[in-house]
Amino acid sequence: MDTIKQTTKMEPLSPSVKKQKKKFNVADLIIHLILIFLTVCTIFPFYNVLLMSFSNSVAISKQVVYLIPTTFDISAYSYIFNEPRFLKAFLVTLFVTVVGTSINLFATLTGAYVLSKNGFPGRKIVMSGIIFTMFFNGGLIPFYLTMKNLGLINNLFVMVLPVAINTFYMIICISFFRTLPAGLEESAKIDGANDIQVLYKIILPISMPMVATITLFYAVDRWNEWWHGVLFMTDINLLPLQALLRELLTNYQQVLSSISTNIIVQNTGLHPEMLKMAVLVVSVLPIVCLYPFMQKYFAKGVMIGSIKG
Amino acid sequence: MRTTLGKEIYKNKYLYILLLPTLFYFVIFQYLPMYGVLLAFKEYHIREGILNSPWNGLKNFQEVVGQSDFWRAFWNTIIISVGRIALEFPAAIILALLINEVARQKLKRLYQTVYTFPHFISWVIVSGIMFNFLSNDGVLNQIFAFLGYEKMTFLTNPDLFRPIIFLSNIWKEVGWSAIIYLAAIAGINPELYEAARVDGASRFQQLRAITWPSIRGTAGILLILAVGSTMNGGFEQIFNLYNAAVYSTGDIIDTYVYRSTFAEGSSFGVSTAVGLFKAILNFALLYSANYIVKKLGEDGLV
Repeated sequence: MDTIKQTTKMEPLSPSVKKQKKKFNVADLIIHLILIFLTVCTIFPFYNVLLMSFSNSVAISKQVVYLIPTTFDISAYSYIFNEPRFLKAFLVTLFVTVVGTSINLFATLTGAYVLSKNGFPGRKIVMSGIIFTMFFNGGLIPFYLTMKNLGLINNLFVMVLPVAINTFYMIICISFFRTLPAGLEESAKIDGANDIQVLYKIILPISMPMVATITLFYAVDRWNEWWHGVLFMTDINLLPLQALLRELLTNYQQVLSSISTNIIVQNTGLHPEMLKMAVLVVSVLPIVCLYPFMQKYFAKGVMIGSIKG
Repeated sequence: MRTTLGKEIYKNKYLYILLLPTLFYFVIFQYLPMYGVLLAFKEYHIREGILNSPWNGLKNFQEVVGQSDFWRAFWNTIIISVGRIALEFPAAIILALLINEVARQKLKRLYQTVYTFPHFISWVIVSGIMFNFLSNDGVLNQIFAFLGYEKMTFLTNPDLFRPIIFLSNIWKEVGWSAIIYLAAIAGINPELYEAARVDGASRFQQLRAITWPSIRGTAGILLILAVGSTMNGGFEQIFNLYNAAVYSTGDIIDTYVYRSTFAEGSSFGVSTAVGLFKAILNFALLYSANYIVKKLGEDGLV
């Protein structure tokens, strides 16, 4: 009876509340105009890069490519995919992404699982040791020298091992594992499973959405690798794609003169800007493809809860 | 006591095995480089390595303090970081509040999806996009020429470098930063808004009385973190965008250390001293910011 009374009592109020919600006034108009303007600001630069990469020298020198597509010339792309320098860089990045992400997942998930448990000796010390590294580090030079002493100069693993664990992602995993019911584990332990088996057979299968999210974030991070390439690779053949893109953007002439097929560029009338933009598009494309899947997770707030640690 | 500890450890032996990769990573790649800060007090000789190189007291620091380029980088770093806190920090909050005012859920998601994307691309790619936009024959200058204005040099103009840095970082990160606030707003009980509406509270009043108090804590924590990285200034962004023409306004400590060591052959000891000075300052700032925010009655970091 009480509930019925309450709902009938509420009824006259709710339509007016809804009405107020739906009314589209000047404030809404302004808000939407701002947000639409920001949307254009976000998308237009990408759109323009895409147009540039499909343009040709004539169009670029006439400067007519910035708004509407006038040409569809794939010569920049066919050049990239036939030039060994770019193919090598692409393979390096592929290695860094695949091997790097695998190592990331292995190290992060095992460590996070252990640290999500309370009451084993040493947990607190390890945890504070990890948190401390978020706020203090030795700086660039000691890091560089340490990697050098470990023999990681001109070694592909320098783009993988020093970034094996992202502390922030690890803390996200720890707080996720903490939310899992303890009962699952206890029953498996009674059946004689050890911690490694529990993680592998019980915990990971039920954590797949979180594992998928972390995988995507790590994969994008590794795909975006350029800094350790710039810092540690003196052999230009070992540069990842984005380090080569950086070279191309800042040091175009030198990169091309080091490529034996430079003549092709001059003969086919490939405009430097087209080439740069095409490499840029190739670097962004995989992220565009993964983005919808990532977006699904972080919009739900999976990545948020950990901000307070 | 010892036997029970031994038993505890034995009982958890598989946990320790699982922890090995983590320990290995943090010891080798985080703590081993930390011992290298000893170089700040040494004269580095390649042959003798970090441990055996001779001590030279505070000589490295004295050398740093005497370099005018260091002080230029020092003040640039602080000015850029303060600018980021003053401009980029509120931008994220304002965007979150704007998105929150959109009534239709699908549209809200769409806006969020678009604004967040640039967060996932690297500064190398963003710099490429910006060169395409801002170079002498870039899109913006083409538009200027079309409208009959003079062409401008954007990327080599020291007066424009900082505004470009702030704007481009807002372009790249504002959507991502706004998500944190939107999540906090999403946690607000909708009945609070209903009640406020019934009482005739305007949109702005609701914002002030309900929305803002609920995100203030999050803002406080992010502010602490931002203050704690004042001496960083955003290396990846500036390293990919700056050039010799804008050192006067754009060279920060990190880019200065990189350039002086790897391009100009400054000694490793001196560069390490700069790095250590920076790290200690950051740590002190983080600690003070945490203290102040707590004094103001918000939750701190620890």
